[in-house]
Amino acid sequence: MIVSSQLPALQIVIPLLGAVLCAFLRWGRVAWFLALVVSWAMPIIAGALLMQVLESGPISYSMGGWEPPWGIEYRVDIFSGFMLFFISAIGAVIMPYARLSVASEIDEDQLPWFYTLYLLCLTGLLGIVITGDAFNVFVFLEVSSLSTYAMIAMGKDRRALVAAYQYLIMGSIGATFYVIAIGLLYSETGTLNFIDLAARIGDVGTSRTVLAALAFLTVGISLKLALFPLHVWLPNAYAFAPTFATAFLAATATKVAIYLLIRFYFSVFGFGTVFESFPVSQILLVLSLAAMFGASVVAIFQVNVKRMLAYSSVAQIGYITFGIALANQAGLTGGIVHVFNHGIIKCSLFLAVGAMVFRTGTSKIDDLAGIGRRMPITMAGFVVAGLSIIGVPGTAGFISKWYLAVGALERGWWWLVFLLVASSLLSVVYIGRFIEVAWFRSPSAMSEKACDPPMTMMVPILLLVMGTVYFGLDTSASADLAGRAASALLGGTR
Amino acid sequence: MTFGEEILAHYNHWITIFLMVSGLYIVIARSNMIKTLVGLGLFQTSVYLLYITPGKILGGTAPIIMDDPSAVYSNPLPHVLILTAIVVGVATLSLGLALVVRINEEYGSIEEDEVLAKDET
Repeated sequence: MIVSSQLPALQIVIPLLGAVLCAFLRWGRVAWFLALVVSWAMPIIAGALLMQVLESGPISYSMGGWEPPWGIEYRVDIFSGFMLFFISAIGAVIMPYARLSVASEIDEDQLPWFYTLYLLCLTGLLGIVITGDAFNVFVFLEVSSLSTYAMIAMGKDRRALVAAYQYLIMGSIGATFYVIAIGLLYSETGTLNFIDLAARIGDVGTSRTVLAALAFLTVGISLKLALFPLHVWLPNAYAFAPTFATAFLAATATKVAIYLLIRFYFSVFGFGTVFESFPVSQILLVLSLAAMFGASVVAIFQVNVKRMLAYSSVAQIGYITFGIALANQAGLTGGIVHVFNHGIIKCSLFLAVGAMVFRTGTSKIDDLAGIGRRMPITMAGFVVAGLSIIGVPGTAGFISKWYLAVGALERGWWWLVFLLVASSLLSVVYIGRFIEVAWFRSPSAMSEKACDPPMTMMVPILLLVMGTVYFGLDTSASADLAGRAASALLGGTR
Repeated sequence: MTFGEEILAHYNHWITIFLMVSGLYIVIARSNMIKTLVGLGLFQTSVYLLYITPGKILGGTAPIIMDDPSAVYSNPLPHVLILTAIVVGVATLSLGLALVVRINEEYGSIEEDEVLAKDET
């Protein structure tokens, strides 16, 4: 069928057109409905692409009919298909939540613009994952980043503007570092296509240009990743953005940067160049451990629950880069599956907190005292997702930490397993602190009038929370796919 | 080539590096938000030079196909990439300036220290 052969292009064109249409609308509800239709179409396309890849191998789509490496190629293999489906599924699940949440935080006449920005962000994120051309990645990276900056700036608090500005400066520096890296690679190899780059870097070997490109690439992508110590933009951006935007970005934006890092390390530069010739593994390990411990400790002392969750995100990203640094089958599987698991967990946590903000208007922990007694189902969802962050067996977080621990043991670094467990204990403290305030104190003045949110907000929260438990018990969709993606990456095939 | 000649041969990269480092320094050292955006623009401009200057092939002419089969053409691809990057830079600058306008409306200042100090209280 004609449509099925054009699916990779449709994956990008549909949200892009949706964004343009949204910009012309004047009514918030119509704009939300358009975004809903587009968001629900995305996982259908991504799911079809993933099914096709699992059956018959990677899909290569030449944009405009121009053959790679002269033209831009969209390439879907197991890893990119997995990420595509994950991003579009998150977007689809949280869209019903947006109608009430966004309307309560953003002015009526600005609602269509918000949904325009959201659809542009979705386009950019899907584009980064699906494209096989290095400079095309930069274009989509900036499409998603610029719409992210604008989305964050639409938050109610005036500190959202400063947060968006700081994120803009740091994010643009990161993107420009990425462009420098691509420039160095291009002047060395003469091509921009990932597969072609991989072949030609193999010929060039480990020259100083390749080392410089690797360094610029790592720093640039780490700025987008919020890898410690380049995470400074994240707490303010997540705390002051509209809740729906925070939930979407926490689940997807940094994960796409992780996809980029993995793609470049394993598919373009190759395992040998990155991990055997240069000490990338040790550097990433140190930074990951610093993130895991430092960010968890700082999370414990936050007064704003959204900032606490933001620092928790920085720590969890440390787990993912820990898995990349191990660079063996189990470690990389742990990293990739934690991308999926943490996305679901953090999204559900932010949605639950968003429901509390929707009902009470505040996100300060002390103001939310006793909220569990007034919003029991929401708080129960928060508790379950919090257990998943800690890594209790039976939840998705445990699966990720299991694979990371196995990966560390396979490398012979058994002391890393102790550190892994120790940082999980830190997350018990900050999750437990909020649970204690929410359940075991009498309701404050602001949380007295709260009740569970309406169904359109409740269903996405419960869906995601059930997902965190389901993917901790049945890992055929998440961990097995991640394992297949990891072995494909380590084997050097695309 | 002697060492001095070799350094002079790469003068285009020296200019690029100088602009790059100046731009980054302005971003870090200046607290005025407009100046930070100017520094960011300077930093991005240096990257354009990084792409375009190696694109000029020695003895190459403009990349328009001629009938002469032995013609050597300069590389047109870096120019295409940099046009895209310039557009991205313009979009970033305009978004940054819009944010600064709003920050000025809300805080009454565009000095980053003053703005952060107002939030401390």
